[in-house]
Amino acid sequence: MKITQKDVEYVAALANLQLSPAERERMEKDLNSILDYIDMLSEVDTSNVEPMAQVQSVSGNEAASDPLRNDELRPSLPREIALKNAPQSDGSFFRVPKVIER
Amino acid sequence: MSEDLDLNLLTTSSARIAVQERETTAVALVEKFYEKIESEDRKPGQTNAYLNLTRERALAQAQKIDKIADSGNPLPPLGGVPIAVKDVIVTAGVRTTAGSKILGDYVPPYDATAVSRLEQAGAIILGKLNCDEFAMGSSNENSALGPVRNPRDLSRVPGGSSGGSAASVAAGTAVASLGSDTGGSIRQPAAFCGVVGLMPTYGRISRYGLIAFGSSLDHIGPLTKSVKDSAILLRHMAGHDSMDTTSSLAQVPDYEQEIGQSVRGLRIGVPKEYFPAELDSAVGASVQSGIDLLAKAGCEVKSISLPHTKYAIPAYYIIATAEASSNLARYDGVRYGYRSRNGKTLSEMYRLSRDEAFGPEVKRRIMLGTYALSAGYYDAYYLKAQKVRALIARDFLEAFKEVDAIVTPTTPTPAFKIGEKSDDPLAMYLADIFTVTASLAGIPGISVPCGQSADGLPIGMQILGRHFEEGTILRLGHAFEHARATPQA
Repeated sequence: MKITQKDVEYVAALANLQLSPAERERMEKDLNSILDYIDMLSEVDTSNVEPMAQVQSVSGNEAASDPLRNDELRPSLPREIALKNAPQSDGSFFRVPKVIER
Repeated sequence: MSEDLDLNLLTTSSARIAVQERETTAVALVEKFYEKIESEDRKPGQTNAYLNLTRERALAQAQKIDKIADSGNPLPPLGGVPIAVKDVIVTAGVRTTAGSKILGDYVPPYDATAVSRLEQAGAIILGKLNCDEFAMGSSNENSALGPVRNPRDLSRVPGGSSGGSAASVAAGTAVASLGSDTGGSIRQPAAFCGVVGLMPTYGRISRYGLIAFGSSLDHIGPLTKSVKDSAILLRHMAGHDSMDTTSSLAQVPDYEQEIGQSVRGLRIGVPKEYFPAELDSAVGASVQSGIDLLAKAGCEVKSISLPHTKYAIPAYYIIATAEASSNLARYDGVRYGYRSRNGKTLSEMYRLSRDEAFGPEVKRRIMLGTYALSAGYYDAYYLKAQKVRALIARDFLEAFKEVDAIVTPTTPTPAFKIGEKSDDPLAMYLADIFTVTASLAGIPGISVPCGQSADGLPIGMQILGRHFEEGTILRLGHAFEHARATPQA
């Protein structure tokens, strides 16, 4: 087993997930079975292979040549629209529970 | 409205002509679709393809189209064509959930580019379609809003993640639909429901307004009743968009004109890795007879090898989940989406909001992706998977020196039963075994119906092409469709 309960807790914390004890147990089992399958990748000789992070490197996509637009002012989302979907706001800002934990 | 207008048979061209010739008004056509949706899709045990109907928006657009038709002026190219949109594609003022509780009440302030381009071309958006949560799944069972049923057999899955998109077109509750494809999510459900599904080249259609899953793998594409309709919709969505820097500047050809050209002399590769011994026999036989038909139409068929095929699923499930874990970090209960009432501090609120509102598969993928990117595992998993991705892309580039297109089964089996694989994530992942390869390489692929199993379930044939050569695979798909419809001597 590659993944232990401790790993599950650690990764859940990194991912900002809580996970119930039952979920953690199930997660340990599922991740181990998936990672066992994924281990097949170690058979592949990848020495001298550059990692492929984007399709543009192989597709000849013309967009890749200059992905940056000119730095000019443009209108952005008005405040009231930006706040419209907020679970909690005071009309000017998003409201959140207290940030500093004591 | 004329009674002989059969909604099940309407295509983009016949719908437009019916409205243009005033055989029906666009408003009456839209109403007729809503009646069909209410009676065939929305009741318990029915297909459940639609999550949300956009009546007001549809009728406003229909009235605009009717005005043009009444004046006798030619309609825009998709004028009066009723379509529907997968709920991972945002629509201004219309709730967009991504099939997730975390976006249960989300009303986006803007339209996806693909949607606004189709509306500008005259299309009418009927509503939003069910899908696996954040497009993560191969059966549509991961939707927080209930599974979609396959209209060809209601006890079976429609495939996923664009299950609602495939089911609505197969059931005739939309003329065409938009889906998204990250590892097979357009092509696999198209095969399961017996419709055409096209994943264009990465960058061919802007991703602006597509809720992000795996950004280097995400595509928008059409699901339609015919290859010609896919060609038409592609043309009106494709092309550079300043809101998506990965969208291509390459010129958009007239695909409808391209599909009319002969396929004689085109070289087709058949990769042996896609016909393993355990392949469902009906799938193997249908695809083989499809290849025979293309040979009869004048294509040259060659056996080829894509040696890294079996590494595609493991590479994909590292790369897609790694990208997803980062993309889904934005759902924190602050700016939009679900917020837990139980968080006393900010960090507790983050964790509980995500915990209470993400479904099990989404959590599993966030966990897998976070693990693959975490210190100590990055090189072994993420970097390794990216290198294997390069080899898979190289396999295709090499093959395309010898052939113009590649033909394979779209899926290893026809549609499976609801519940059959829902408890085994790995078995579910393997449903994408023939589709993830093209996603990783960024090449275009189309699934075209090519036969059925003994119990009448649809089977799909996948045609893959070179980057930005959608014209070639559409042409082959179109020729195949016609050859199949023509009685053989």
